[in-house]
Amino acid sequence: MSDLQSNPASRDRIPANLRPEIDALIANGEFDLPSRRLAELWRHDPASGTASFVISRLDQISDKIALPKFKLAILRSFTVEPIVPLLRAEAFAYGIDLEVHVCDFNTYVQDVVDPASSLYRFAPNAAVLAVRADQAAPELWRDFADLSPEAARRATEQAIQSYEQCIGAFRKHSQAALIVHTLERPSTPGLGVLDDQSDAGQSGLIRQINRELRRMAAQFRGVYALDYDALVARHGAAHWHDERKWLTARLPIAANHLVDMAREWMRFIVPLSGRTAKVVVVDLDNTLWGGVIGEDGMTGIKIGPEYPGAAFQALQRTLLDLSRKGILLAVCSKNNLDDAMEAIEKHPGMLVRAKHFAAVRINWMDKAQNLREIAQELNVGIDALAFVDDNPFEREQVRATLPEVTVIDLPKNPLEYSGAVRNCAVFERLTLSSEDQQRTAMYAEQKQRASAEQTFQSKEDFFRYLEQEAELEAVSDLTLARVSQLTQKTNQFNLTTRRYSEAQIAEMSSRPEWQIYSIKVRDRFGDHGLVGVAITHDQGEQCEIDAFLLSCRVIGRTVETALLAHLAESAAHRGRKQLFGWFLPTKKNAPARDFYEQHGFERQESNGAGSLWTLDLVTSTLRRPEWIKLRVSERMAETTTGGKI
Amino acid sequence: MTASTFEQVRSVASDIFGVPAEKITAESSPETIENWDSMQHLNLVLAVEEKFGVQLDPEDIEQMKNIGAVAKVVEKLQSASH
Repeated sequence: MSDLQSNPASRDRIPANLRPEIDALIANGEFDLPSRRLAELWRHDPASGTASFVISRLDQISDKIALPKFKLAILRSFTVEPIVPLLRAEAFAYGIDLEVHVCDFNTYVQDVVDPASSLYRFAPNAAVLAVRADQAAPELWRDFADLSPEAARRATEQAIQSYEQCIGAFRKHSQAALIVHTLERPSTPGLGVLDDQSDAGQSGLIRQINRELRRMAAQFRGVYALDYDALVARHGAAHWHDERKWLTARLPIAANHLVDMAREWMRFIVPLSGRTAKVVVVDLDNTLWGGVIGEDGMTGIKIGPEYPGAAFQALQRTLLDLSRKGILLAVCSKNNLDDAMEAIEKHPGMLVRAKHFAAVRINWMDKAQNLREIAQELNVGIDALAFVDDNPFEREQVRATLPEVTVIDLPKNPLEYSGAVRNCAVFERLTLSSEDQQRTAMYAEQKQRASAEQTFQSKEDFFRYLEQEAELEAVSDLTLARVSQLTQKTNQFNLTTRRYSEAQIAEMSSRPEWQIYSIKVRDRFGDHGLVGVAITHDQGEQCEIDAFLLSCRVIGRTVETALLAHLAESAAHRGRKQLFGWFLPTKKNAPARDFYEQHGFERQESNGAGSLWTLDLVTSTLRRPEWIKLRVSERMAETTTGGKI
Repeated sequence: MTASTFEQVRSVASDIFGVPAEKITAESSPETIENWDSMQHLNLVLAVEEKFGVQLDPEDIEQMKNIGAVAKVVEKLQSASH
């Protein structure tokens, strides 16, 4: 197949030809290539039939490609079965092996309150509560004209209460995430325009229920609102609905919008499963601006508030929105550096400037090689990159060389660029920490550190000069979201790579035998913020290090030693005699491989999963490095109350 | 029915039922295709609607007793919209 890789233009075939090719490849025992062809087929034709084909073939090779698994339960008041293949195919395109359990029709209340229900037996990572107003608030939806204002208020309160009970019960019995559909407003309220003249009309009351659902999402940990009303509006209610299918098959969504429902769910599933991009790498010519800077020059390129420059400004605005969410921007462009930088810095129409870019590769080299360097410079995995380029040739080259990179297909029309980036679920975040919002500035400080390091004779001198301060804290309501986020996305310096949801962290922190620490680090160049997590678990005379992870930004400057030394001291203080921990190797955590050995731990055993290391706390000589100032606030007896449930 | 409509319906049915296209004929029906249950019938209807940009009435769906009939229904709806 190397001919296809070296000549991407020939790949523009009709999808029908891909099917026999995929079957032949699978029959041949291959899995990597057919997996790429399946993704290509899906990009080409994201339709119901294609989805059935894709998932049936995927089931044949899923053991070999071993994508990360994610289990989703769907609680529903309407037919969702035809959406499931589309959802699984879409998940596959994001690199997720999605298993779906559809709960029985309209049994969602029983399912969530009964701890022995099929919902909980399935042990999902997340559940969707996909309920429509005809079920959640039947009087408001169907018989509104018959209701007195008092009865309408009661019906509204009842609906809210019932949601609160469902969500509360789910939280009690499961630590999975819960995605709750808000209710759609009627497109033609019974009272016509009169309905909108007060808050107590049919629309107003449904809006009130939706407001309460958002409040519950803020109140309950791991509960998220999906704005179903806005989803329908985005696609147009008249097109979204299919009344015939609703009446005959209890399927309210038209055939050509089923994939949009699947994609909306993916906007939650992708961040929940940790398959997000941390960096968006953009091309310049005909991507960030219209035209070619090397040929058209500063006055010729199109970028500004008027058409056609406005389309490119819209993309730039979207990129700035992403950077506000903590996603780093980088440039990868084939250009003369001086021409391109002049346009970036001086063109009056540019919204994105050099200061927004954490890494810049403007040269004539191969883009895949440039992407590798960008990942290295920013200390992220290749799979943390998303690549935006108008040139299909470059996209194909990156796909073929670096399959881990998320490649975004820009449409032909620049007016559609910003939507294509905005709708890509790898950029979704369900929570935002202050670290996320300041990340671009942090990377600028990191560059200063790296250049300072060059001027010192010894490492120790450099560490003293850095004046590092570390603050160790027991997890609290304020840090819970960030702690969970770090367990979800830290891949490199992570000894066990155990992923924990917010609800799981909260549950563990309520048990006295568990200690959950967060670590904040700052130095003379600036504040790194909350960059590490350690979790220990006392078991008799022993204490297990359940999780130990740090952001790569602070690794190699002995913060990891300070943290480990504190775990040992603290365990000894609680009367433990031995500290032990597993190193569980993954494709990415090689930087953590020798950590226990370097700190005087002894290897006890190795099995298929990893190696077990112990440290005798009575004889241990593990000490904090003297150049790090360490402040510790341990957990008090009852500090983690209030706020979230 | 024209060959091209039939070919396209056949390829959709092949995807949905997981049966090779060459094994599907105009006479293929729930009796001869093992997977063709009521849920798969709905999936076939949705895939056909999506593929041909048509909307099927319950009466149309009733008539879809075999693959040939599906293609006929599609052609009827397509000629009606022209």
